[in-house]
Amino acid sequence: MVQKTEYLKESPSQTAGPYVHIGCMPNFTGIEMYGGDLGTSMKTGPVQGEEITIKGTVFDGMGAPMRDAMIEIWQPDAAGLFPSANEVRGKADPNFTGWGRSPGDMKTGEYTFETVKPGAVPMPDGRMQAPHITVWIVARGINIGLQTRAYFEDESAANAADPILARIEHQARVSTLLARKEGAGIYRFDIHIQGPIETIFFDI
Amino acid sequence: MSLIKQTGGFVRRDRDQQPDAYTPAYKTSVKRSPTAALLSFPTTLSEETSPVFGQGLIGELDNDLIVNFAQPGETAIGPRIIVHGRVLDEMGRSVPGALLEFWQANAGGRYRHKKEAYQAALDPNFGGCGRTITGEDGSYEFRTIQPGPYPWPNGPNDWRPAHIHFSVFGHGFAQRLITQMYFEGDPLIPLCPIVGVLKSQEALDALVAPLDMQRTVPMDSRAYKFDIVLRGRRQTYFENRKEGL
Ligand SMILES: [Fe+3]
Repeated sequence: MVQKTEYLKESPSQTAGPYVHIGCMPNFTGIEMYGGDLGTSMKTGPVQGEEITIKGTVFDGMGAPMRDAMIEIWQPDAAGLFPSANEVRGKADPNFTGWGRSPGDMKTGEYTFETVKPGAVPMPDGRMQAPHITVWIVARGINIGLQTRAYFEDESAANAADPILARIEHQARVSTLLARKEGAGIYRFDIHIQGPIETIFFDI
Repeated sequence: MSLIKQTGGFVRRDRDQQPDAYTPAYKTSVKRSPTAALLSFPTTLSEETSPVFGQGLIGELDNDLIVNFAQPGETAIGPRIIVHGRVLDEMGRSVPGALLEFWQANAGGRYRHKKEAYQAALDPNFGGCGRTITGEDGSYEFRTIQPGPYPWPNGPNDWRPAHIHFSVFGHGFAQRLITQMYFEGDPLIPLCPIVGVLKSQEALDALVAPLDMQRTVPMDSRAYKFDIVLRGRRQTYFENRKEGL
């Protein structure tokens, strides 16, 4: 016999269910609380860098939009700094929250974030990652939140040098992680839970 | 003088403790589960950082579902309970400053939602949501009404055990978690296909809150204790020298 390691285990996830908006975006469902929903705006004043819109739809395995999904994003500011207590490399843009939460449009399911184009962030070993946004999706039928990343189609040099993208076995799938430019400052990042263009999801 | 900050990455997620994405007895998961393997990678700054929510965010009544949606002088209908516990990480360290958001059906099992189809009555004085931020020791507490079980379209006659949904923000986006709390002794727990996605008795036990008589308020409220464990960080230390030295 040997001594035991006394670690706790992470609480198991359970689906957010069909009514996640009651808890996370109550005003969106008509429950007036807190003076507004958290995460609806990522800017608290004039922000540094390029302001962009990122939008998209989450599709299920039948190709139907998931109208009950809730999407959250987390990203650094234009200089690559996170507005977080854990950021030790410098002070992030004080007018940028880095975090957004979208319920998706009630009819189409399309989510929208008004944000800034993120700067690049290093790996723990110092190699630079391509600019990206962390995306987290919960909904009825999703047992544990799905995590993925939106990279930018127009950052091809940085994408080509990105250590994580380089490690993807089926390189044809890298395109599922690219936000497509739809117009000046507008990017589309659709998410496919299943199917021939199933998005790459991360265990990170 | 130097400040010490924790900068280590998160320990990898123990997928044996977590439900699979594809769980056919919970039918909606069938077309909402990725089929390809997940891309595994150690955490980077994108996952090791997280938005900061200050205590200033929280209003006085945010953690009191008995009154936070009620008309002045009114209270929600149903058994009054206190839910309390601590947010810890896998290393057993407390997680202060964690944002908890919770939502639930009312005492009759009815949600205040346009798409809700269950005929149990709405309670005009119950909204069904609240939030709080953990204290220095990771503790939290809120007051609510014990939710009722409700039927849902899955099998021909499936009922959810009474439960409260929790959304948790810790100190890194890697810790982001949504889960549900169940109540000790509820006979519907073993019958529920959503509970059934849990892979072990240990995983189920982690989501069932015991009745906590120590914290009940005589002639007022019963209490349930629900601790939440988030992913842990490796302890590596970083010396942040005072400017000018
Ligand atoms: Fe529920």
